[in-house]
Amino acid sequence: MSAIAAPPVARATQWHAFRMVLYRDLYVTWREFPAFLAQVILQPLFLLFVFGKVLGSLGYKQHGYANLLFPGLLALTAVITAMQTLAFPLVAEFGWTKEIEDRLLAPMPTSFVAAEKVLFALLRSLVATLIMIPVGILILGSIPWRWAGFPLFVAGLVLGALVGAGFGLLLGTLVQPQRINLLFSLVFTPLLFTGCSQYPWPSLSSLRWFQVVTAANPMTYVSEALRGALVPEVPHIQPWICLLVLGFAVNVLMWVGLRGFYRRAID
Amino acid sequence: MVPGDLLPEDTAGLAVEVVDVVKRYPKTAVNAVDGVSFAAAPGEVFGLLGPNGAGKTTTVGMLTTRVRPTAGTARIGGVDVARDPVRARQQLAVVPQRSNLDRSISIRDNLIFHAAYHGVPARERERRADEQLEQFGLLDRARDKPDFFSGGQAQRVMIARALTHAPRVLFLDEPTTGLDPAARLFVWDRLRELRDSKVTLILTTHDMDEAALLADRVGIMDHGRLLALDTPDALIGSLRGEGTLELTADRSADGTVVEALATLDGIDRVEAIHPAAANGAPDAPDSQPLRVRLYLKGDAALLVAPVAAILAEHGLALQDVKLGTSTLEDVFIHLTGRTLR
Repeated sequence: MSAIAAPPVARATQWHAFRMVLYRDLYVTWREFPAFLAQVILQPLFLLFVFGKVLGSLGYKQHGYANLLFPGLLALTAVITAMQTLAFPLVAEFGWTKEIEDRLLAPMPTSFVAAEKVLFALLRSLVATLIMIPVGILILGSIPWRWAGFPLFVAGLVLGALVGAGFGLLLGTLVQPQRINLLFSLVFTPLLFTGCSQYPWPSLSSLRWFQVVTAANPMTYVSEALRGALVPEVPHIQPWICLLVLGFAVNVLMWVGLRGFYRRAID
Repeated sequence: MVPGDLLPEDTAGLAVEVVDVVKRYPKTAVNAVDGVSFAAAPGEVFGLLGPNGAGKTTTVGMLTTRVRPTAGTARIGGVDVARDPVRARQQLAVVPQRSNLDRSISIRDNLIFHAAYHGVPARERERRADEQLEQFGLLDRARDKPDFFSGGQAQRVMIARALTHAPRVLFLDEPTTGLDPAARLFVWDRLRELRDSKVTLILTTHDMDEAALLADRVGIMDHGRLLALDTPDALIGSLRGEGTLELTADRSADGTVVEALATLDGIDRVEAIHPAAANGAPDAPDSQPLRVRLYLKGDAALLVAPVAAILAEHGLALQDVKLGTSTLEDVFIHLTGRTLR
């Protein structure tokens, strides 16, 4: 038996490791900020431009469409950014770069490494969504805004980002590196178009089967919550239902995602 | 607690202790690691030697908190790795065979962030990073990203990175496989310096020369079990009397000499050697001086005189004698009946 065992690791040391890993992620993002901007802005920017501006100028859409589209695109940005921030690096880090090993061997619990990824995804997602606000003003001329809806707006965005992060954790630990392109075709695209970002959910009542499909996509509740916050005059799902479903989805996705993370981190 | 012969001579404050560890992966019929025990003292270089799939990597995985043991205990600096992995991680560092460097940041930042994860204060981690970069001859490339590094350079960066948090135990997986001879010597020198500063090194390797040169003690693994554990000299010494004796006579001879040699006591078998000529085709055998290799059962020194006598009986003079000594490779073959590679 050894006589010189080290003292227990202080909580402070473990949190220091957590903060330093987060700092590393922020440091890299900061140094690649233009790439980050391009990654998060381009897609919603084009959607906003084509659906909100071009179709309007050509007279193909009803007045006020841009107002219901804008909250939907914020929802889309929140979910997709968080998901991409987590899923792609995770597939690479577990799959071939093995970069994550240095963090898994830092003096902190394995769950901290996963939690840092979730927190970082949340931060990136919120930054990306906030950037959409000036972009929206620039393209649309004005955006719908209600201070009264602000608490719901924040709650919807944070839960939306966490849903995206949960998906990212799940997919990042589940998907094999050689199948990473399947992420796009089989996951991102369906998620993108069934999340009610381009149309309000109640308006789908005439297309019942699709309404049922969209109800299964957590992103729908993010879009609807943000519409409830910014354009309450548009028919939308009750905010409390949205928050309840999102809270449930976040819990399930995180639980399953964390299990996947443990499975990859420790044999 | 640990069987006596598994312990290093200096047992005070063991750096690594492994007691009867077992790892069985789900849905497999056999244990990947099947009851392995060993220990290493501070400043000891311990080599785990074995073919791929022997269980070396899994054993190290358990010690480095990445593989959960099915049974048994593993301790790093007295800390039970399964019970307190966080504390164990403070004591150890791992240098894998393939680069796992952070590709998004420079190698200097790789070192600095590693130290930061381990709680080294800001000023101090920069100092240590520069110190290690200089030690490893990487200072002029400090700002380059790992993508531009060869395998050998990445290996050096990873060792330098590991040292920035001053670990007590350093695990190295095939530390010099694939390196050119100069880089190899360089890494070996650095590793010897580390040993001198009381860092314990656990090497996993299937390179016999590396194990024999670097390791104070070597554990030979196969099929998840530790088959032998001792100093390289002692392991080789256990094969005493199983060396070879290579003879060259002054001129050619017929087969009767070989037959006569085979009848000697202490000789297992005799093999004639026919060297290829410069153009690659063998010369006519009778134009070449006689060369034979004797595989011995007994002590080589006692056989030289009788062998010379037999040659003399056939009118030949002994011109050259080479004693072939056993290597760790021979020990491995002796223990497992297989070659390593």
